[in-house]
Amino acid sequence: MTQVNRLPHGGRVDSSKPLRFVFDGRPYEGYQGDTLASALLANGVVLVGRSFKYHRPRGILSAGAEEPNALIQLGQGNRSEPNLRATQIELYEGLVAESQNRWPSLTTDVGAVNSLFHRIFPSGFYYKTFMWPKTFWMKYEHFIRRMAGLGKCPTEPDPDRYDKLHAHADALIVGAGPAGLAAALAAGRAGARVILVDEQQEMGGSLLSDRQAVIDGVSAAQWVANALAELRAMPEVTLLPRTVAFGYYDHNLVSLMERVTDHLPPTSPEALNQPRQRLWRVRAKDVILATGAIERPMVYIDNDRPGCMLASAAQTYVNRYGAAPGKRAVIMTNNDTAYQVALDLVDAGVSVAAIVDARENAEGELVATARARGIEVLGNHAITRVGGKLAVREVEVRRLTGDGKSVSSDGRTITCDMVLSSGGWQPTVHLFSQARGKLKWNQDILAFVPDKLLPGQNNHSVGAARGAFALTDCLVDGFAAGTAAAHAAGHTEPAGSTPVAGAEPAHSPMREMWVMPSGKPLGHDGKHFVDYQNDVTAADVALAHREGYRSVEHLKRYTTMGMATDQGKTSNINALALMADLRGVAIPEVGTTTFRPPYTPVTIGAFAGIDKGDFLDPIRKTPLHSWHEQHGAPFETVGQWHRAWYYPKPGETMHDAVNREVKAVRTSVGIVDASTLGKIDIQGPDAAWFLNMVYTNAWSKLEPGRCRYGLMLGEDGMVMDDGVTSRIAENHFHMTTTTGGAARVMAWLEDWLQCEWTDKKVYLTSVTEQWAVIGISGPMSRKLLSEVAPDLPLDDQSFPHLSFRDGVVAGVKCRIFRITFTGEATYELNMAPSYAMHVWRALMQAGEKYGITPYGTEAMHVLRAEKGFIIVGQETDGTTTPQDLGMDWIVSKQKPDFLGKRSLQRSDTKRPDRKHLIGLLTEDPNEVLPEGAQIVAELKDKPPMEMIGHVTSSYYSPNCGRSIAMALVKNGRNRMGETLYMPYDGKVVKAKVTEPKFYDPEGARING
Amino acid sequence: MVETYQRRSALAHLGLVARAASSSTAGAGVIMSEVPHRTIVNVRGTASDVAFSSAVQTATGLALPSAANTVSNGGVWQIVWLGPNEWWITGPDGEAESLIEALRANFAGQHAIACDVSESRAIIALKGAKARDVLMRGVSLDLHPRAFRVGQCAQTGLSRANVLLHLVDDTPTFEIYVLKSFSDYLWQWLEKVAADFNLAVEA
Amino acid sequence: MLLIPCPYCGKRDEHEFTYAREGHIARPTNGEQLTDAEWAQYLFMRKNPKGVHYERWMHAKGCRRYFNVARDTVTHEIYAVYEMGQPAPVIERENGR
Ligand SMILES: [Zn+2]
Repeated sequence: MTQVNRLPHGGRVDSSKPLRFVFDGRPYEGYQGDTLASALLANGVVLVGRSFKYHRPRGILSAGAEEPNALIQLGQGNRSEPNLRATQIELYEGLVAESQNRWPSLTTDVGAVNSLFHRIFPSGFYYKTFMWPKTFWMKYEHFIRRMAGLGKCPTEPDPDRYDKLHAHADALIVGAGPAGLAAALAAGRAGARVILVDEQQEMGGSLLSDRQAVIDGVSAAQWVANALAELRAMPEVTLLPRTVAFGYYDHNLVSLMERVTDHLPPTSPEALNQPRQRLWRVRAKDVILATGAIERPMVYIDNDRPGCMLASAAQTYVNRYGAAPGKRAVIMTNNDTAYQVALDLVDAGVSVAAIVDARENAEGELVATARARGIEVLGNHAITRVGGKLAVREVEVRRLTGDGKSVSSDGRTITCDMVLSSGGWQPTVHLFSQARGKLKWNQDILAFVPDKLLPGQNNHSVGAARGAFALTDCLVDGFAAGTAAAHAAGHTEPAGSTPVAGAEPAHSPMREMWVMPSGKPLGHDGKHFVDYQNDVTAADVALAHREGYRSVEHLKRYTTMGMATDQGKTSNINALALMADLRGVAIPEVGTTTFRPPYTPVTIGAFAGIDKGDFLDPIRKTPLHSWHEQHGAPFETVGQWHRAWYYPKPGETMHDAVNREVKAVRTSVGIVDASTLGKIDIQGPDAAWFLNMVYTNAWSKLEPGRCRYGLMLGEDGMVMDDGVTSRIAENHFHMTTTTGGAARVMAWLEDWLQCEWTDKKVYLTSVTEQWAVIGISGPMSRKLLSEVAPDLPLDDQSFPHLSFRDGVVAGVKCRIFRITFTGEATYELNMAPSYAMHVWRALMQAGEKYGITPYGTEAMHVLRAEKGFIIVGQETDGTTTPQDLGMDWIVSKQKPDFLGKRSLQRSDTKRPDRKHLIGLLTEDPNEVLPEGAQIVAELKDKPPMEMIGHVTSSYYSPNCGRSIAMALVKNGRNRMGETLYMPYDGKVVKAKVTEPKFYDPEGARING
Repeated sequence: MVETYQRRSALAHLGLVARAASSSTAGAGVIMSEVPHRTIVNVRGTASDVAFSSAVQTATGLALPSAANTVSNGGVWQIVWLGPNEWWITGPDGEAESLIEALRANFAGQHAIACDVSESRAIIALKGAKARDVLMRGVSLDLHPRAFRVGQCAQTGLSRANVLLHLVDDTPTFEIYVLKSFSDYLWQWLEKVAADFNLAVEA
Repeated sequence: MLLIPCPYCGKRDEHEFTYAREGHIARPTNGEQLTDAEWAQYLFMRKNPKGVHYERWMHAKGCRRYFNVARDTVTHEIYAVYEMGQPAPVIERENGR
């Protein structure tokens, strides 16, 4: 197929580089430099999609990010991406695109029956289905989901890679039109660090579509080329085309999304060698918002027929892309800018049947020029009918009467294939608003403009983005803002003079005209669309008003206006103005909508960057990790640590392996990697005082060389952490914490020292990773240690339980703590991590004859549970006191104060019937209760039953020959011997309440 | 004492020496290596207390760095600013014990402490024309040569690990101190990012 | 994301910091003499104002020092950062914001 609407001259596309592409299965050809939208138009394709609710045929409305209609499913297979705007897709060789929201085809769409039944889809439809009988929503949902098909997500993983980075700038300039380029030149020449971004492939903004403008005596296009060449040569200036500034956050942080390879064939080597997209997080000293303005469509009847387009978009397609959106245009306007469009179209050989101007007295320089060029101007007229369903065929126009609220009874039909409308321009204030700046209404341009900045943000809106549309204003604004940003950052090299624009025609005032009357009540014989993407009409806004909705935020939620992927870029102001009109109030009284990121949709891949898979969260590894790996251990995640879980031998299940490991510790010797334990070095003359404050028990009398178990409470009296602390010297302690609690405890202790007890002389240093820890536990542990540490006396007098000694083990200096988490004689060997592997291997070798058995966290948990030792975070949940755990013995009654002490006296913490830690022995010794199982005392046929607690730990204990469990149960200590019930999985398990100690309750085994 | 060949650096399992042997640094945008062992002693005290600063100076021959986020060096030691009352003294491997002994003797009567943390950190050196491009993918600090100069240091986040960055020279060479448990993650992460900048590994 | 000026390290991104709690709440030294209600006041009750909030942050990825921040909870404007132990500065705000 030939490019029937490609103009013979003009445009910035490269006709020497034809590109083949496929749309809805049909092959076409476009040129390098086209967007998918311009290429489709050049091929005479005007029907590109179906609307969301009514499945109305739709064409291309705009030429940019604001596009509501032309949503495209781009690409194939796992690279397929829905909801892309055809106006932003750059054409490449082999591009494959499909229209959305239609079935079976664009021209024959079954869903279009929605259009006939539009009375069951009134505004507020979703809201009403939620509100009224609940079951109706279930019925509607299936139907809605099937009909509301906004594209399809690929089901395979994304094969592309993404990049993200942080950047800093003196000036981040958003938008590379005349204002942005002027700002960049000023700031760059002054020596500032500048990042200039533009969402389009080519920088220049409106100047690329402008055939009239002259700047500094050269054409706009030439000036853009000169400016870009100069900027490219500046080392501190970064130019980012194809980059959307999509989010503006606190303290001048702006997120950008750069489309690195989206304009290339996805499997070309050039595309595969680079990340597909790049997310930038820019902290800018100043942000210059040169974001331009977006034209508003006029709200006339059936203004959504394919061929209805923004006037400026048609100008862009003709001037920049050399693609005519049609052969013969009718232009509908309330302002002067559409006249230049008409002139440009005529210049390009596209006929303009008439300019329908809503203004009563359309006069002025541009109007006169248009008339002089033979274009018919119909002043004080409106379009009252659009003929043609899949494409515009004709329009009917009538004279406006009665203040523009009605039309004359006689009309005239004009043949055309496009209707170009201009309802005025809304500055692109999205980023300013995202930065939480306040907007104000400007009645001259009928638009919201930036007003007050939020404190803590620093940005400047320039040119059209602040409602100053004249080229000369854009250049002056931009240059001044660029200069100011550079100066504020201390860069003052001479920057030359402000670029000067050639003469521009004066513009006549606009007419405020929010809905064009059709001679019939709204909603009859046609629809006045306000929000194209969400199918919201002027009649819907009126319905919302009748139903009592007043503010814009309510209107949005009720009609879903402005909530689709385009965020109402072309619709918000029209809807707001309609509501104001209905209420008879000024527009600002209805409110402005709040713009939120992102400005245009951003892929999840760009947010993830490379941080997926193994990089999603760091894996912390101990110095013995590779040994565990080589010996087949699966890992358990504890915080970010990976700890060896168990070491299965060939053919063993997890249960087999854990039972073997647990038995080995009780009968011979086991070896465990305990390096992840938190460790804090505590030094200073007030160290013992400090420990007395942060632990519940007393520390003053602990002798150097001895160790003690401590329990740490929050100020609310609830157990926070536990561990063994040892006195190295009079003013020097070594604290251990739980693996998961290490960082929290360190921050907690520092908080008290730095903020509250500032006169106390204590310094803390985290030494968690200064020491690797290898535990050997079991009756043979002492014998084993004596063989690898021959110089160390190990008898119970020289080296008693709860003490530590420094010694040499397998040639390596170690600090050996005799403490136990298994109840067996245990030595915890601390050494430099760089020697940990050597010591571990030496112990494995020497222990071979004793059947030394490496054990993982699972066996460790079984062993401690057999002894009834708690794990903070498992037996406790932030609402557990020491008394609840039956650990009153560790709470000092003598100490005048410690953290949490006073809270233990609160009426609630003193309550005798709180949940207590107890043991549970199931009736069936082989039944292992699930951890978390709910416990009831009185069993009923069906819920609800009073739940009096839950199982905290539960294992099979090979040493007890049965299952064991611990639980927190209401009034549990007074229930010894009682039978409790655990209903789960359709059965009821009975268990007897016992003391939470199941093995060696006297503690006879700690000396081996 | 055990043979030193039985000592393993944090990243020994990655076989970097063998990789370096088969990797050419010619034309590399980024060169990565592990600095295997270094003495690091954490020192706490009151910066404004002359007795304290002179105690440090006597032991190291170096004055405490006068500005935040800077490193003072000369001779065998360097002193790295960590906070208003916290520094690292770093130097050649194996010197921690004697340094701490000297410091403790000099600190007598003061509230000042020294604590060996040499073994807790792995050190990754990242250098080359594209070193900043790699780091800016994980560090939110401004690393522009005008903003982060030679001799400056900063504790910050690098991707999801906490690090201390030290800009050693204007190659630029960055030394990255990271807890050993995170070093495998961080090395892999840096390598993945650096792959776009022509990476070479050095022993 | 806030840009928080650590009094020691300079301006850093919010992700380097952890929020600790409301500032200037001294721990009672006479807890034993307080009623449950008075103790609960210290333990649980917080101002949660709309406007200036005096709060404690810690530079977790940096110098690990705690410090005070006077921040506007509406605008996130940071009026002042100051070291522990210093009194809360009086913040004059325009229009009684
Ligand atoms: Zn800091």
